[in-house]
Amino acid sequence: MTQYIAWDAAKASALIAERKALPGALLPILHTLNDTFGYVDKSAVGEIADALNLSRAEVHGVVTFYHDFRREPPGRHVIKICRAEACQSMSCNALVAHAKKTLGIDFHETSPNHRFTLEPVYCLGNCALAPSVTIDEDVHGRVTPDRFDDLVAQLVKA
Amino acid sequence: MTTRIFIPRDSSALSVGAEQTAKAVEHAAAARKLDVAIVRNGSRGMLWLEPMIEVETPAGRIAYGPVSAADVEGLFDAGLVSGGKHKLRLGRPEEISYFKNQERLTFARCGITDPLSLDDYRAHDGYRGLKRALSMAPAEIVKEVTESGLRGRGGAGFPTGIKWQTVMNAPADQKYIVCNADEGDSGTFADRMIMEGDPFVLIEGMTIAGVTVGATRGYIYLRSEYPHAFAILNAAIAVAYEKNFLGKDIQGSGKTFDLEVRRGAGAYICGEETSLLESLEGKRGVIRYKPPLPAIKGLFAKPTVVNNVISLASVPIILDKGGAYYRDFGMGRSRGTLTIQLAGNIKHGGLIEKAFGMTLRELIYDYGGGTATGRPVRAVQVGGPLGAYFPEKLFDTALDYEAFAAAKGMLGHGGVVVFDDTVDLAEQARFSMEFCAIESCGKCTPCRIGSTRGVEVIERIVAGKERAKNLELLNDLCDTMLNGSLCALGGLTPFPVLSALEHFPDDFHKPVAAVAAAE
Repeated sequence: MTQYIAWDAAKASALIAERKALPGALLPILHTLNDTFGYVDKSAVGEIADALNLSRAEVHGVVTFYHDFRREPPGRHVIKICRAEACQSMSCNALVAHAKKTLGIDFHETSPNHRFTLEPVYCLGNCALAPSVTIDEDVHGRVTPDRFDDLVAQLVKA
Repeated sequence: MTTRIFIPRDSSALSVGAEQTAKAVEHAAAARKLDVAIVRNGSRGMLWLEPMIEVETPAGRIAYGPVSAADVEGLFDAGLVSGGKHKLRLGRPEEISYFKNQERLTFARCGITDPLSLDDYRAHDGYRGLKRALSMAPAEIVKEVTESGLRGRGGAGFPTGIKWQTVMNAPADQKYIVCNADEGDSGTFADRMIMEGDPFVLIEGMTIAGVTVGATRGYIYLRSEYPHAFAILNAAIAVAYEKNFLGKDIQGSGKTFDLEVRRGAGAYICGEETSLLESLEGKRGVIRYKPPLPAIKGLFAKPTVVNNVISLASVPIILDKGGAYYRDFGMGRSRGTLTIQLAGNIKHGGLIEKAFGMTLRELIYDYGGGTATGRPVRAVQVGGPLGAYFPEKLFDTALDYEAFAAAKGMLGHGGVVVFDDTVDLAEQARFSMEFCAIESCGKCTPCRIGSTRGVEVIERIVAGKERAKNLELLNDLCDTMLNGSLCALGGLTPFPVLSALEHFPDDFHKPVAAVAAAE
């Protein structure tokens, strides 16, 4: 599982400072915050804007443009189900319905116990072994509803 | 003597348990005190056989697959290290007809070598293209690439040599090579496979591009959905720097080329070259007006070559063996090889590199073996989410840029997604519009608003509300998007929609009672 740490303003400042001199530094900065804390806290927006000589609106615009950057901490495990065409041809829509029911959450939601976050994804490049799902960093192919339940059960056990 | 066992670290192999298989092999070999070295190679592309492991024997490599962790003990008992008999034994991988009948130029090494071994790469003809390029004048390199007939493999099919020439002739204090590795099209994975399976070929291709046009800096813009490719590319780049194949004075040539991987952030539109450049600059991935072309005013407003992964990875062999060698594969104006990705509901899905010209029918039945579900094939979408849906009567269309354009489709990046007879093309058309709405950058109205209106109109048609009127409206909307959008997202979304309407009209005319019953 991905170990995110709780938001730490001092650490965030250090990460921003390390990368601010890169050409086109904004995405690398947002990625490192997202990778470290699981999300980009809104308190960082002003600081990033100052570091890169941008307006807060510009930084906010970028954070909200890209699907990857979260604005709230995710659950302990992030489950992404591919719902692009190749996976549709192998019944991913049924898998999506099953997952939503099993986890009791919709896309872009986190379970109340903070264990799972469910997100859609459009293609994982595993289209010959559809349907595909990622759990945290790991890709799983040929995921039937039964296999999905097994994978989730392993997370619960761990 | 050490026996080498190859176990892919390709993402698709990992998705079906290659990591667990590798651990089991390691464990079984240690328990038996066998002298075994595990090499984590790329995939040969026969993805239904993954995890496919190979053992090096005096008689050549012997493949087994699909090998799950649970099969490993039995395999060792059957004499795996000497290529022993077992029900999963596939024989020599080169002799499997799926692989044997391919023409592997760009993917010549993928699945064969250790992706991170520079020695392996060089022993298999790697860096010969760069060596030759370094002895040539830039104009000669451009001539070679132009003669090869190589066209952009990202989908647009623009001649690579012409693009390079434009950048070469543009005077500037700084130029860039940008590799578009934002492989977002559903049904495509060739870029991922080459980056994971033979990363040096991309690095070499980008270096040749840099030397040719006078660019000293390159970026690989990689989609964030490919974490394994990210790790492997970074590791390969570190090796290339260490061995002086990147950085200053490359191999004593006096040429400099620096290379860095940047991650995208989950936006499909960033596969469009101007959005990609905006994103690399740290902005929202909103497309730019063209002109100016990126070749004149690209990254940070400097002349920039933006090429797809496969285009760049095809350059080393062109420089090594000459433009004529590459050009002699293919048909008409589509020269060289196409890397086809056979995906979706297909029995034998995978990567097939072959000269342009094979028909869809050969691909789906001879290579693919029909659907995975065993039901009849009803539709095939070629070229990603913006590609047309083809019915059975068009399966004799040859895989060639012009032949596909003539059939109102597009080859795109070579992804072929197969659907069985349970597919509802009205639902697929609705999804095309929905996807466009989700991924639109918002700059132009036909795409931003048109896609949402498209979803609504298709939903009304399916629900049986004023069908004739709404069908006319949908056609009109598609016309507006086709002709009025700024880029290919809004401009090509009508392709899957109109092809569904043209070839599968019944799906839009189901009796409303049946629609209601199905829900």
